[in-house]
Amino acid sequence: MEVTTQYFKHCALLTVKGRVDSYTAPKLSEAIEAANKNNVFKLVLDLGDLEYMSSAGFRALLVGQRACKRYNRGEIVLARVPKKIYEAFELTGFTPLFKMFDDVTAAVGSF
Amino acid sequence: MRTLVFPASFEQLDAIREFVGQAARDAEMSETEICAVQMAVDEACSNIIEHAYHGRTGEIEVTSDFRDETLTIILRDHGDSFDPDSVPQPDLTSNLEDRQVGGLGVYLMRHLMDEVRYEQRAGAGNVLFLVKRRRRQT
Repeated sequence: MEVTTQYFKHCALLTVKGRVDSYTAPKLSEAIEAANKNNVFKLVLDLGDLEYMSSAGFRALLVGQRACKRYNRGEIVLARVPKKIYEAFELTGFTPLFKMFDDVTAAVGSF
Repeated sequence: MRTLVFPASFEQLDAIREFVGQAARDAEMSETEICAVQMAVDEACSNIIEHAYHGRTGEIEVTSDFRDETLTIILRDHGDSFDPDSVPQPDLTSNLEDRQVGGLGVYLMRHLMDEVRYEQRAGAGNVLFLVKRRRRQT
């Protein structure tokens, strides 16, 4: 798994590629925490090139969403969620917890 | 029937998913079925590493067996007993602040497979059977 972070005026864009499992999920958490440490709590996660995510990744997203939302109007939104991963989100009741966008521009523009 | 032994480490999850994914492909399962088997086995092995071995050194023996349209993945370990049945149903509905993060792996495992069966065998450790029947596309 690889996460790259780009900072924009109103939010940060985290591009997550590859596979998120119990081994790599801590790296995703670290990337979210690093943005928070830079006082950025509005995050777009681009999952377009995400190949796989297990429940360890879901937990990282949930903990990250809680941390971001504690801050005034902070939020994690998701862009380009692959169909397979969307189905697992639905199965685990995660879809109401995250706004989802079909493209990154719309997600960034939502802040 | 094929068996591989992996060190009980999160680092091995990629290789374990690859092994069971290949077993599902060899059984000519659909892409959806292959992904389901890979995810269920990942969740099961993550639980073994975390709750049976508690991060200690150990091994997970992974066996794949396809017969009668059914793929069975058998996971054996020698850690503490960890019965997925003992895990309560996860919280899938409460709001963000109250949402509990535990139990999702076992829940996913049960949804993705047709059968999940745990046995504790005296002297032979823990055995987990994950069963997926192949459905022919019509």
